[in-house]
Amino acid sequence: MNPMNYIYLSCILFSLGAAGVLLRRNAIVVFMCIELMLNAANLAFVTFSRMNGTLDGQIVAFFTMVVAACEVVVGLAIIVTIYRSRRSASVDDARLLRL
Amino acid sequence: MSLGTSDTLVYLIAIPLFSSAFLLLGGRALDRVGHLIGTAASASSFVVALIELNKMLAREAESRGVTQHLFTWINVGSFQVDATLLLDQLSICFVLLITGVGTLIHIYSISYMAHDIDRRRFFAFLNLFIAAMLLLVLGNSYLNLYVGWEGVGLASYLLIGFWNQKPTYATAAKKAFVANRVGDVGLSLAVMIAFVQFGSVTFDGVAKGIAAGSASSTALNAMGAAILLAAVGKSAQFPLQAWLGDAMAGPTPVSALIHAATMVTAGVYLISRSNFVFDNAPTAQLLVVIVGAVTLLFGAVIGMAKDDIKKALAASTMSQIGYMILATGLGPAGYAFAMMHLLTHGFFKAGMFLGAGSVMHGMNDEVDMRKYGALRKVMPITFATFGLGYLAIIGIPPFAGFYSKDKIIETAFNAGGSKGIILGCVTLLGAAITAFYMTRVMLMTFFGTKRWDAAAHPHESPWLMTVPMILLAIGSITTGFIFSNGDRLKNFLAPVVDKDHHEHETELLAPIVVTGLAMFAVAIGISIAFAKYGRKTIPASAPTDVTMWTKVARRDLLQDDFNESVFMRPGQSLTRVLAFLDKRVVDGAVSGVGAMTLRLAGDLRKTQTGYVRSYALLILLGTVAILTAILVVTL
Amino acid sequence: MNSLTILGLLPLVGSAALFLLPKGSDLLAKQVALGVSIVVAIAGLGMAFSFDRSATGFQFVEKHQWIPAFGINYALGVDGISLLLILLALVLTPIVILACWHEAEGGRWSVKNFFGLILILETMIVGVFAATDIFLFYVFFEAMLIPVYFLIGGYGTGARAAAAVKFLLYSLFGGLLMLASIIGLYVISGNQLSAPTFDINALSQLSIDPVTQRILFLGFFIAFAIKAPLWPFHTWLPDAARAATPGTSVLLLGVLDKVGTYGMIRFCLSLFPEASKEFGPTIIVLSLISIFYGAFLAIAQGTSSGDGNIKALISYTSISHFGFITLGIFAFTEQSHSGATLYMINHGFSTAALFLIAGWMISRRKSERISDFGGLQRVTPIMAWSFFIAGMSSLALPGLSSFVSEFLVLVGTFARYPIPAIIGTIGIIFAALYILIPVQRALHGPTTPGNENLTDLTLREKVSIAPVIAVIIFFGFYPQPLLDVINPAASATLSALQITGITGGK
Repeated sequence: MNPMNYIYLSCILFSLGAAGVLLRRNAIVVFMCIELMLNAANLAFVTFSRMNGTLDGQIVAFFTMVVAACEVVVGLAIIVTIYRSRRSASVDDARLLRL
Repeated sequence: MSLGTSDTLVYLIAIPLFSSAFLLLGGRALDRVGHLIGTAASASSFVVALIELNKMLAREAESRGVTQHLFTWINVGSFQVDATLLLDQLSICFVLLITGVGTLIHIYSISYMAHDIDRRRFFAFLNLFIAAMLLLVLGNSYLNLYVGWEGVGLASYLLIGFWNQKPTYATAAKKAFVANRVGDVGLSLAVMIAFVQFGSVTFDGVAKGIAAGSASSTALNAMGAAILLAAVGKSAQFPLQAWLGDAMAGPTPVSALIHAATMVTAGVYLISRSNFVFDNAPTAQLLVVIVGAVTLLFGAVIGMAKDDIKKALAASTMSQIGYMILATGLGPAGYAFAMMHLLTHGFFKAGMFLGAGSVMHGMNDEVDMRKYGALRKVMPITFATFGLGYLAIIGIPPFAGFYSKDKIIETAFNAGGSKGIILGCVTLLGAAITAFYMTRVMLMTFFGTKRWDAAAHPHESPWLMTVPMILLAIGSITTGFIFSNGDRLKNFLAPVVDKDHHEHETELLAPIVVTGLAMFAVAIGISIAFAKYGRKTIPASAPTDVTMWTKVARRDLLQDDFNESVFMRPGQSLTRVLAFLDKRVVDGAVSGVGAMTLRLAGDLRKTQTGYVRSYALLILLGTVAILTAILVVTL
Repeated sequence: MNSLTILGLLPLVGSAALFLLPKGSDLLAKQVALGVSIVVAIAGLGMAFSFDRSATGFQFVEKHQWIPAFGINYALGVDGISLLLILLALVLTPIVILACWHEAEGGRWSVKNFFGLILILETMIVGVFAATDIFLFYVFFEAMLIPVYFLIGGYGTGARAAAAVKFLLYSLFGGLLMLASIIGLYVISGNQLSAPTFDINALSQLSIDPVTQRILFLGFFIAFAIKAPLWPFHTWLPDAARAATPGTSVLLLGVLDKVGTYGMIRFCLSLFPEASKEFGPTIIVLSLISIFYGAFLAIAQGTSSGDGNIKALISYTSISHFGFITLGIFAFTEQSHSGATLYMINHGFSTAALFLIAGWMISRRKSERISDFGGLQRVTPIMAWSFFIAGMSSLALPGLSSFVSEFLVLVGTFARYPIPAIIGTIGIIFAALYILIPVQRALHGPTTPGNENLTDLTLREKVSIAPVIAVIIFFGFYPQPLLDVINPAASATLSALQITGITGGK
């Protein structure tokens, strides 16, 4: 199969994720969309690795997974804390950073 | 003139200096003996000075000067100043005057200040003054002299403001210091010119440099003018004379020692010491003469209108120093006579000030002569000593002032041309006015009717005060004859101030004629004073229906009004304007930048909505924009 | 490790120990701080005795690679100028600690932190004067601000937060300009030398074209003019002095500001000789403005024109004094250079004395207004006379230390620029006014109501002020030991400028 198809898939997944981040309000969904974007990038890395015949892309993919896992830990913790204090998981309600 | 060395000069200064430090640091524990230590220190210096004089007289006239090198003070590149003392014929005169009269005044102060809680501190300051003044006359370079110069200024400040809990006294002290500082600028500049022109700031180095012709006449005139400025400040000459009258706020012994006998005459010393400069700087020399002549009349006119005995004497001091400065401006012929008048003046004026102090002591510190009168019976010794000083200052032969003042008048007439005639007439006029105002002081204080306050119980002062007065009175009688007999002082000083042995200039008038004229002027002055104050009763308060001229003279010829309106008020306005500008403009610019940043930030802040999704959108758009840009550039 | 590093590290170790102390152990903290600073001072003085006064160039040199990729070294070394400035800091620190024993008690944070910050500051000062690598200098130059920021903001009085921020931002602004110039130098050195470097000796060999030199010079100069401070970059100083505690002010004005004038000598002159000569006359004009401007504003504080704040008054007098220092630096004669360097030391001591005594007066009277004092000479004679002597030194009375330096500056300036020297000399009249006015209002006159029961100096205070006054008097009469150290360094700077030394005589 033409490896370029994976790249197209990766682009579609990334766009879906980006659209989700921009359009959805629920923090959990936004979060899942970010994961989607990360995985889209991972897919692209692995594909490039395959196309170039080197292992660099695959290694970076592992890094990305670790980063994603860390991000899940921190991000979910933040979301849960915000939910606890505000009884809402909507990102629009959490705009305390605005001065 | 070859110079020997001596190891003992330093003791002259060190003894009073350490005594002063000891008294100041010793604290209250020394209160009971402080005055004795102080007097002993001054007396020891006098003894050392006598020993030095003895040694000096044993040497040849051309090699009488001695130096003592102490240590290297400042040494930067070509600028080398050693702490070296120089004792020659000129300085020994001063050293003897300072320590001798100084010791007498110390003795007098033991009694005069007996009831002051700070008597120990007073003696410490007196010792400090003696040390600084000795350094002034013993320094071998302009910079060493400068240290003493400001040192006596400091001592004078401390002693004028000795009773500084009284605000006017504190102000008087400050005024004296600031006026002196203006003069100090002159001395600083003189040192700088000396260094740049001659590479040396010692008297010897400058004299040699001038002899070698290494300076232009412009530079020499500038240096002379700078030295004159210094002298004008320290010696209360026109136009920096205004501080001297206020300086009378200090205790009377201080007025006698510092503001009559020694410190204020430092200007005369400086000009005489710098004779090698002025002899080659005719313009500066002319300035010296003008300053002297103006001040001599200025002080005399003020003296006529003063009712405060100390201020009258201060005005007289100013006028007499005018005589000396005038004499120094007359070149080699005048230096010795300036010195002679300085020494005799030191005796009779110090004696008169001590007399005034004695009167004040008996009159509850009253200084207004209109509250005196008829004191000659209750204070006979004071009257006698003051009277001898009076006869000396107005120049009655054979008292001291006659010899010295007569010589100055004579030299003034001999200055040549119209200059000589003008100067001669000025000095004669000064002599007449001096006779007038001093007679006025005598009549108002010791003669006439009693105008005492009810609380006053005048009495003669204790012996500790009268003995110094008597000794000074003896000096007022004898010194003139001793110095002038066979031109003794003139010949003694000649190796220092008149190296080339100038011959006598042509005489405009025979000496006897000059003496006659002077006597005539004095007689006129005395008779007018008698007519005005001897015959009529003197009102106890100053009459107000007087001419404008009298009013102006009572206001010190508007010297303070002038300084206030020309320097003080504009200065104050300037500081106010600068303080305002500093806050609004200079600092305003800084705060303005800060305020502008804040406002800009406030405006930009509005773009921050706090919605995560709008941030994300912006990030996306930004990324797209950058990618597009890269694409456009690479394509 | 070398002696300079040890000297710098000692206070840092001491401050770490202070921060580790448990809460509430204030007295112990003070004792530790005092002990450490005294040990450091003695060590520093000991080091000074092994300093070779006849040699030129840096001594006690040490050099370690720090960031080799950029050619940055940890390089230290001192010449006569920096040695004396380090000693000034080392001597003043224990005096400040002892003098300001109770000063930190009104602060926002704990007492031990106050003394810890002072010790950190001491480390930074040693570093900034000893650094011979420009990058290292820059690091210390900026790091120095941090402890001062906390000292002012945390322990000061009045508008302390605002003053601390103003101080920090103003200094950072100058620091950034300097950083830009440093980077510029680095780039040029990369073009001209085999490898780019920050080493000051190597950089001074560069030949930089005039335009670039002017721009780089200004970057350095403005940073130093802010620090010094020179008119018109001075406005942070009165605010900082008003807000800071007296001890902080002593370190700030007495030592820290000297980094500005030190930097002008070390960097502006030796790195950019042509630009220095070109800008010299302009800077001399600025110096003269500073002399009079500072004096007039100090007088304004003393009279009714200002708000009569004694700390602000002292800070304005310093602006006037810094004018003399920069005048001496940019007059380019041996006398003016040695005088300017000596002036830095002397000003450190006389200002320290003024600030410390003013601080004691303020803490007793609970007021900073000059008009609230009055008649102190009767009530507290020792305090009053100490203030008087410090004031006399500030107005450069002969026989006290400042006179020698001020006179050297003026006489040196006169040799090259007579008119500015004459104008500068007139400044001494106003010096008399700005000292005598507060002396009269605070010490003389009748005792102001409320002052009758003020207590005189305690033994601790006497012990801390006595050495300062002793130094002021001693070096007034015998400045030669200091001049012997300064002269070789000063003439080395001048010979690098390749200006024919103007000397007296023909």
